[in-house]
This record gives sequence, structure tokens and C-alpha cells, in this order.
Amino acid sequence: MFNYVLRRLLTAIPTLFLIITISFFLMHVAPGGPFNMEKGIPPEVKANIERVFHLDQPVWRQYLEYLNNLLHGDLGPSYVMLNFSVKELFAIGLKVSVTLGASALTLALVVGIAMGVIAALRQNQIADYSVISLATAGSTIPTFVIAPLIQLIFGLMWRLLPVGGWNDGAFPNMVGPIITLALPQLATISRLMRGSMIEALHAHHIRTAKAMGLSDFSVVVRHAMRGALLPIISYAGPAAAQLITGSIIVETIFQIPGIGRYFIDAALNRDYTIVMGTVVVIAVFTIFFNLVVDLLYAVIDPRVRYD
Amino acid sequence: MTDATATISKGRSLWSDAWARLKANRMATASLIYLALVAVACLLGPMFTGHEFTKQYPSYVRVPPSLEPYPKLEALDAEVKAIVNKSRLNLKEWHEEGGRFFITVTSAKPIDERVTRYIDRSDSFDDAKVEGKSADGMELTMSAGVQQLHFYLGTDVSGRDLLTRTLMAGRVSLAVGLLAGFVAVVIGVIYGAVSGFLGGKTDEVMMRIVDILYALPFTFFVIMLVVFFGRNFILMFIAIGAVLWLDMSRIVRGQTLSLKRQEYVQAAEALGVPASGILRRHIIPNMLGPIIIYLTLLVPQVIILESFLSYLGLGVQEPMSSWGVQISQGAHNMQGAAYLLIVPSFFLTSTLFALNFIGDGLRDALDPKDR
Repeated sequence: MFNYVLRRLLTAIPTLFLIITISFFLMHVAPGGPFNMEKGIPPEVKANIERVFHLDQPVWRQYLEYLNNLLHGDLGPSYVMLNFSVKELFAIGLKVSVTLGASALTLALVVGIAMGVIAALRQNQIADYSVISLATAGSTIPTFVIAPLIQLIFGLMWRLLPVGGWNDGAFPNMVGPIITLALPQLATISRLMRGSMIEALHAHHIRTAKAMGLSDFSVVVRHAMRGALLPIISYAGPAAAQLITGSIIVETIFQIPGIGRYFIDAALNRDYTIVMGTVVVIAVFTIFFNLVVDLLYAVIDPRVRYD
Repeated sequence: MTDATATISKGRSLWSDAWARLKANRMATASLIYLALVAVACLLGPMFTGHEFTKQYPSYVRVPPSLEPYPKLEALDAEVKAIVNKSRLNLKEWHEEGGRFFITVTSAKPIDERVTRYIDRSDSFDDAKVEGKSADGMELTMSAGVQQLHFYLGTDVSGRDLLTRTLMAGRVSLAVGLLAGFVAVVIGVIYGAVSGFLGGKTDEVMMRIVDILYALPFTFFVIMLVVFFGRNFILMFIAIGAVLWLDMSRIVRGQTLSLKRQEYVQAAEALGVPASGILRRHIIPNMLGPIIIYLTLLVPQVIILESFLSYLGLGVQEPMSSWGVQISQGAHNMQGAAYLLIVPSFFLTSTLFALNFIGDGLRDALDPKDR
């Protein structure tokens, strides 16, 4: 087990390295720089600023320096929000994004799994069709349509929720973003769960369990669901990484100061270090959650062993 | 003899079989018809709405959807007063007669007849004429025709007809969807087919590259490409196409690998059919099914991605529009004008639904293993 984790972490390093390299050069090849748009600063001043941030150095040198700093856990200073380091900004932004993402994931998992199980148990009945319709709608209607509609209906027409803003994580401010984030995931999870549950209910060990006189509840929850959860877990890993690192669109629409917002603003302002920081954070989260998924597999499915 | 030949019915090809299955799927057929209607409406509709998609009507900013023509009678009263006010005259009275408006104005000084141009300048009136003038020139009667305009879906924040704009935006969204989807499929098919056909070391290296690309956070890459290299239409195609070809290449590679080992391919090889013939007769026709299915599922993805970029202001630029741009503008102006959000959202969402149902229908129709 330990060896497996170690091996996985070692193979993650080249992937991470490649992601960083591609992003770094892509960004620096592009025209413009963080201090280009400021009007009316004399060239000497600009040259001075660039010297401070080592932007006057050749790109390969900046690249090596960035890698070196990264190995020491330093993501660098922000070029646009001066006096802040990227780490400080991320400490604030990640907290917001993780709060929203984790809540949305929990909601999607709990409701999605429940809906999937109910649909599978009541196959081809009204409950089943409702779940299928909701799943189709949830996975077809894009986020940037759902989010403004939530704002319109609950914010402007019924005045139940604030239209946007973060307000230090007040609960009413979180409802809209969480629902928007959770809905597409919930749709996929319920559909996956329905499919794998139907399959699991036809398995031999379920028939045996029923024949032995176990209660319906026990058969469904302890025996059928355990196997049926596997596809959900492999789906939930990347989904978790995606949700937790912040959604660009949801954070833009609801005006939430999370990582996704940072990225868009930073990309528009050529704030190199924040763009790189976001890419690194997302890559690390993705790798981490994929590893967690593989380990969870071994816990749930005794046939999976990592020796 | 003749009886026997008459009873031999024509053989059914795989494609006619698939077509029959697709036609039997009511959801897919309805979606196909709906999609065709939307496409025709977007392509030809803007010519028949009576409005240019860039034409702004300052008198009709954010007017709600209505089947009745604008201007409304009660609005005209205010309009007449506003015009008279602007021309620094006093309104004596106005009335409507035979579809023309008669406006009588007075002033302390003799009135210049050129005041009619104040009326012409309004979006509500045209063809203003002087009908009569009092002897001292201080009272003037003018008449003007009412310019009737239809805004079936209302107008946007700049006073442009929303129906025309939505249809124009649909052209862009559908075109981007088809073209970028096509780009992704072409790249994916060529890459996957080469990888699968050559096999061995080449295959391994090529697929390892795909694995690495899969690990990249792609939404971020598209945004970076578009932000850093300018908001260029062509570039957006390339960026979107470059993102979405990975799945296609994997599917095609798998298909090629399994087809290569089929007995009928080996038989063709044994019979001495050249590689080009095998590709044309066996490999390509057998791969078309999955490719078509994937293309129909890819098009909605591309439309969503384009709309997403446009929503962030990184995609299509004014005066052109796409459904994503419109939804974004609608979301910013929805207070008191919900239709600005709802109209483009409806067009986009219904199109996505139709495309998904067609994709599902095609998968059922073309995948014989799934029956």
C-alpha cells in the first residue's frame, strides 16, 4: 500500500512538471506584460519595476527561478495586487472556494446517490422517470444559464436570496452558488448510481442475500449499494478537484472572491504568478483526488489490492 | 422464373437499418425537426424580421415582447409631448385621423416650417408634412405617418430587435459548434487512426502524449490562449478544437485496433486487397458510426464552451453576438426585463436538448451491440 502511494506520487511529478512548463512558456510567449497597460509611467520607472520582479531577465532564467522558488514552497508575489504574496491571496480565496465546493459536492453526493437508488428500486415508474428527467435537465442546461435564472427567480422576483456577493460566507449568499455548482454533478451522479444500482440488484450475491431472508433495507444498503458505489467514487474524484478549486463561471456570476475569480482577473491583467499559482493548485488537487479515489477503491472493493 | 426474381427484395444496408431505427425514436425525430427549424430560422430569419441586427431604435430601448405593433397609443401621447417640448413650442392639440397624426402647435413667435424634422427624427413617426399655418405664422398644423414596428421578442438595452439578434447569434453559435466540432473530429480521427493503424512503439508514444494532455486543466488553457493571444474568432476555433479532440482520438484508436484484427479484414488481406482498399471498404465505414455519434455529442459541448467564453467576454465581440453573449448581457440587465435573459437562454437550452436527444438516438440506432 505504502509503496503504491509512493509510486503514484513519483509518477505525478513529471505530469506536474509538464503542466507548469507548458503554462509558463505559453504565458510568457504571449504579448503584453503585467506592467504594460499602465499609462504614463516613464520607461525608466517601468524598467525599474521590472528589474525588481526579475522580469527583465531572459524567460528561461525566470522559469528556472520560478521552479526553484516553487520547490521552496514560494509562489511569488502578485504583480497586480501589490504588497500581497500569491500564497496570502490563495489562503483567502481557497477558503471560499473550498467551502462552496465541499458543500456542493456533499449535496450532490447525498442527493444524487439517494435519487439514483430510488430510481433503480422503482425502475420504470414515476419516481424513476422524474429522476431521469431531472438528470437530463441538470446535465444539459449549462451553468451560466442556471445561475442567472436562480438570481432572477430567487433574488429579484421572490427576494428570498441575495443576488450575489460573498458577505463573509453568510448562509443565504451560499445557497445560490452551491445549488448551481451541485446541479450538474447531482445529475451525473444520480444517473451513474441508477445504472450501477440496477446492475448490482441483478447480481448473484443479492439473490443469495434475499434468499437468506435478509431485510430489504439490509440487502439494498449493505450489499447492493456497496458495489454500486464504485463508479460514483471514480467520478467523484475529478469532480471534487474541479469543485474545490473554484468554478470560474459561478464565482464570476455570483461575484464571489474565490480561486476561479482570481484566475480570470489575473489572466486579464497578466498577473503571471497568480495564473501559475492557480494552475499549480488545480493540478495538485487533481492528482491528489485521483490518488484518494484509487485508495478508496481498495477500501470498498476487497478485490482491489495494491501490493 | 420471373416470379422468383420478383420476390427477391432489395437487401437492407446497415445505414437504412439505422435510419429506420432512428425514425422509430420519437424523441430523436422531434429533436431533428426542431433543430432543422432552428437552423433554418437562424439562417433565413434575420432577412424577414424587418430589422437590421445592428439597427438601434433610441425610442424603444428595452421594450417588452409584444405581438402588437409599437408605438402604443398611450406611449404616443408622451412621445408627441416630448417632441413638441424639444422643439420649444406649445402643444395645442393632437388627434389621429386615417392612420395619420395631426399635431397643432403654437408659439409666441412665427414658427419655422423646418420643425417637421423634429418629428421625423423620432422612431415613431415618419413622413411629416405641414398641413396648415395660421395667418400670423404663430400656429402650425402638421401631419405625420405613424411608423409601425413589430418587436415580437422586445428589444435589448441598446434598442435593437431581440428576435433578429437572437437569430443572428444562433448563426454564430451553431456555426462555431459545427466548425470547431468538425476540427476536433478531424484531428481526433487522424491522430487515433494513425496511432491504431501503425501500432507498436508509435502507438505507445502517441497515446502517452494524449494521457499527458488529459492531465492538463483544459478550461484554464483555453482561457489562457484566448486571453493572451487576442479575442480572435479563428483562434477560438483552434483552441476549442484543440481541447476536445482527445476523446475522439481514443475512440478511433480503439476502433481501429479491434477492426484490424477482424476476420473479414484478414480475409481481405489474404485476398490481396491493398491497404487503401481495406481502409476504404472496411475500416472507415465501420468507424463512421461512432464518429457520427461522437460528433453530435461534441457539438453541444462546443456550443457550451463558446458560450462560456463569450459569457466571460472572451469570445465573440460586438456588434456580432452569440447566445452566450446574449445570456451574459441579459443577466446583467435582467432587473425589470427578464425576457432579455429568458429568450436567449431558451434558444440555447432547447438547442442543446435537441442535440443531446439526437446524439442518444443516433447511439441507439448506430450501435448494433447495444440493441
